[in-house]
Amino acid sequence: MIRFILIQNRAGKTRLAKWYMQFDDDEKQKLIEEVHAVVTVRDAKHTNFVEFRNFKIIYRRYAGLYFCICVDVTDNNLAYLEGIHNFVEVLNEYFHNVCELDLVFNFYKVYTVVDEMFLAGEIRETSQTKVLKQLLML
Amino acid sequence: MALKIVKGSIDRMFDKNLQDLVRGIRNHKEDEAKYISTCIDEIKQELKQDNIAVKANAVCKLTYMLGYDVSWAAFNIVEVMSSSKFTYKRIGYLAASQCFHESTDVIMLTTNQIRKDLSSPNQYDTGVALTGLSCFVTPDLARDLANDIMTLMSHTKPYIRKKAVLIMYKVFLKYPESLRPAFPRLKEKLEDPDPGVQSAAVNVICELARRNPKNYLSLAPLFFKLMTSSTNNWVLIKIIKLFGALTPLEPRLGKKLIEPLTNLIHSTSAMSLLYECVNTVIAVLISLSSGMPNHSASIQLCVQKLRILIEDSDQNLKYLGLLAMSKILKTHPKSVQSHKDLILQCLDDKDESIRLRALDLLYGMVSKKNLMEIVKKLMLHVDKAEGTTYRDELLTKIIDICSQSNYQYITNFEWYISILVELTRLEGTRHGHLIASQMLDVAIRVKAIRVFAVAQMATLLDNAHLLTGSMQRNGICEVLYAAAWICGEFSEHLENPLQTLEAMLRPKVATLPGHIQAVYVQNAAKLFATVLKSQEGNTDSTTAQETSQLMIDRLPLFVQSANLEVQERASCILQLVKYIQKLQQKDVEVAEEVIALFAGELNPVAPKAQKKVPVPEGLDLDAWINEPPSESESEDEQPKAIFAKEEPKHSRPRHTEVDEKELARRREARKQEQANNPFYIKASPSSQKVYQDAPGVEHIPVVQIDLSVPLKVPGLPMSDQYVKLEEERRQKERAEKKKKEKKKRKEKRSGRGKKHDSGPESEEDITPAHMVDIVTEEMPENALPSDDDDKDPNDPHKALDIDLDKPLADSEKLPVRSHRAAEAPKSPAEDGDAESAATQEPKKKSGKEKREKKKDKDRDRKEPVVQSEETSEVAAPPTSTTAEVSDLDFWLSNAPVPSNTQ
Repeated sequence: MIRFILIQNRAGKTRLAKWYMQFDDDEKQKLIEEVHAVVTVRDAKHTNFVEFRNFKIIYRRYAGLYFCICVDVTDNNLAYLEGIHNFVEVLNEYFHNVCELDLVFNFYKVYTVVDEMFLAGEIRETSQTKVLKQLLML
Repeated sequence: MALKIVKGSIDRMFDKNLQDLVRGIRNHKEDEAKYISTCIDEIKQELKQDNIAVKANAVCKLTYMLGYDVSWAAFNIVEVMSSSKFTYKRIGYLAASQCFHESTDVIMLTTNQIRKDLSSPNQYDTGVALTGLSCFVTPDLARDLANDIMTLMSHTKPYIRKKAVLIMYKVFLKYPESLRPAFPRLKEKLEDPDPGVQSAAVNVICELARRNPKNYLSLAPLFFKLMTSSTNNWVLIKIIKLFGALTPLEPRLGKKLIEPLTNLIHSTSAMSLLYECVNTVIAVLISLSSGMPNHSASIQLCVQKLRILIEDSDQNLKYLGLLAMSKILKTHPKSVQSHKDLILQCLDDKDESIRLRALDLLYGMVSKKNLMEIVKKLMLHVDKAEGTTYRDELLTKIIDICSQSNYQYITNFEWYISILVELTRLEGTRHGHLIASQMLDVAIRVKAIRVFAVAQMATLLDNAHLLTGSMQRNGICEVLYAAAWICGEFSEHLENPLQTLEAMLRPKVATLPGHIQAVYVQNAAKLFATVLKSQEGNTDSTTAQETSQLMIDRLPLFVQSANLEVQERASCILQLVKYIQKLQQKDVEVAEEVIALFAGELNPVAPKAQKKVPVPEGLDLDAWINEPPSESESEDEQPKAIFAKEEPKHSRPRHTEVDEKELARRREARKQEQANNPFYIKASPSSQKVYQDAPGVEHIPVVQIDLSVPLKVPGLPMSDQYVKLEEERRQKERAEKKKKEKKKRKEKRSGRGKKHDSGPESEEDITPAHMVDIVTEEMPENALPSDDDDKDPNDPHKALDIDLDKPLADSEKLPVRSHRAAEAPKSPAEDGDAESAATQEPKKKSGKEKREKKKDKDRDRKEPVVQSEETSEVAAPPTSTTAEVSDLDFWLSNAPVPSNTQ
């Protein structure tokens, strides 16, 4: 199960934070900082997985943005890695060549995309065409 | 796009929209906080207006303020949520899902609004409500809305069904009582015509089953069907993961799974699916006892595939391959060991997490044969390693590897000691303490090594300046603690005790941490005693007197110590030595008495020994010894706490400051006590036990392995020398053994203690280079094996451990507002009974079959209930439904009656 999804840039600015577990605000802030600290120090030669507290973070870097998903240790790393890529492809399609600013100015749309693809901590829809069709209806 | 148009109209209406806010924040980098606070003031103004559009915009802007406290706007968010316009509603729900949490009190107000949205004719209203709900559902909301959501699981639109199914998991977590009533419907969804809904249901059940697998065993046939029919990899991964959780409970399932899974492994091109399959196959193989003849093929397949993963240039695959490999290692070490080369390569990898995984693997791969080689490689890595964290990790791993299962794989302890000594030369390690405790442990428990260990430790003490040299706070000086203690306690083995004594009393010692100085002082006294003893017969008493003088000269330094412990010990010993000096001057023989101070041997005691002492019969620890004083309640708890907390630190000397007489008296008393104490087990050299098969704590095995020439290497040896020597020794042994075997073949083996199998060199063939007694740590008799429960009592999933097969009671139905009642399950009761019959009956029958047969026949006539159960395993009973038949078919087909269920 996904615990949270974070999109951060290299400087540690959070572009999206979606929580599937309840944390209080301080805890959230701490998590964001910690994730930033573990993820940014890793270079391209490293794996896309980091053990993190009782969970693990699956992350992928696209240009200056880190897409991080925090999942249970028993979950399938590769599946979520694919999940991230799938998500980014949808964003790219939806915003026509997505860039960081798109996510900044249209953050509420990004949340909608997240909600269309992930729900209650599970991957909900994996078909890109279906998601895009749905998004156009909204 | 519709959105753009809507937004366009908003743009025109308001002074500052979202775009302006974002731009504004980006333009005010220097005074961001100030700018944001003015924005928040504006937002507060906007929220006060009646226009819902203005409010929605304000809320939208608030949502952007990630990380700022916006709880004051909670009520406005609820207002926006209840807007009839979808665009606003969506903003409201988004804001709610971002900033509501369980303690937000306005959530109570939302219940009816959400219910209205859930039953809205517009599927997007419903959708957005469901999405929002998934983020901020509380136990109250879950209870009130469970039934509405359950109804939505049968909505006409798959879009809604899918969402509703997924939300149910959240609802279950918050309101476990809803699980049983909702489960039949959830089960139906596994066969939903829409693949998305199906996969959602699989997701939810997989998540549920992972926590409490035994309740979901009855779904196995259904999932099996799904697995063989589905082509969606996402779903397959989940199902296969689910099976991984189920197999440990039902070995027959595993047997059925092996074939389709191996087929999948062969056919799939998706690495994620492959990985999941391999994982589950491993789980299956672990669950199956080794009785299965043909599973070595599957293991080979897994190991092969994993090798491909590890060899891949993609770091992710490499990492996962190593991870899965370590799972195989636990049950089938042999098949992994052949890939040692590959794993050693991974130690050179750039990514630390890969290196750490490889280290984990190595831990399980060592054997007597390859331990030295592996450790040698690791030592090379220690030298190369950059960054202290990884080097420290290596160090702990080396020690872990060597000390695992009671030093099982160490054949040459001299080698191990020299490895430890080499490790002390690491700069800036934090693990001085660890090395020290290893040194102590080995020296105490392996008697044969003491001579060697003492010599090494003496050299260490002599060169103490090398260790402490640069930094005082250096963790490595902990090693000196061990060195001093070993030299003191086993001083009879010292070649030149006087020199060591001199080394321990150098002025530089005063710069060491207090607890180390304390040990130095105490052990200097021990050494002093030894020196006196050695000079006993000597007519020329100058050496003895000089030693006393040395002590008297140097000890005052410690008497001035700021550390209380050091000061106390030093002044005590100083007085003692002064007294001895007086006696010496009168030519009185004192050595005997002085040595009596430190007579007796310290035995290693297991760290948990105190806890494990069983409470004697008739002793009630909770009973009052004295009547409790009437008022002071806080102190009442104290007696208990004393027993619970006191844990003896093993292999640490207990230094108590007592005078000579008292000490002697105590020693005497202890000897007496040891002789009488049934719990005190002495290391008797005759008991020959192999420790591998003695996991129980009541065994105190003394392993005695006989063997050959002890090596004597002067000075500080390099561990490498031992590797060579060991090789030669083994070769020699092998040659000898061959000779012996020829003779032995005639005689035939008699004892089990020495096993000499012909054929290739096996584990047992390698005999240690020393006469080694590994004294196990002492434990009291009848100590119970530890039953530490490491389950988290606060785990929310515990509440979901609910038997789903029991029939639904009326009281359990979900609270409903309308007259729609929760659908009752069809026949879960029968289903469950048949299930348990199928799993339990064969076992029962095979044992008692003959005796019971007659009785059974009688019973058949009288008790119809029993009859139907009995026959259900042979053929479908007339009462059971078709579903049950297929269930039974699933379990029983091509699987013989299991010999060991569960």
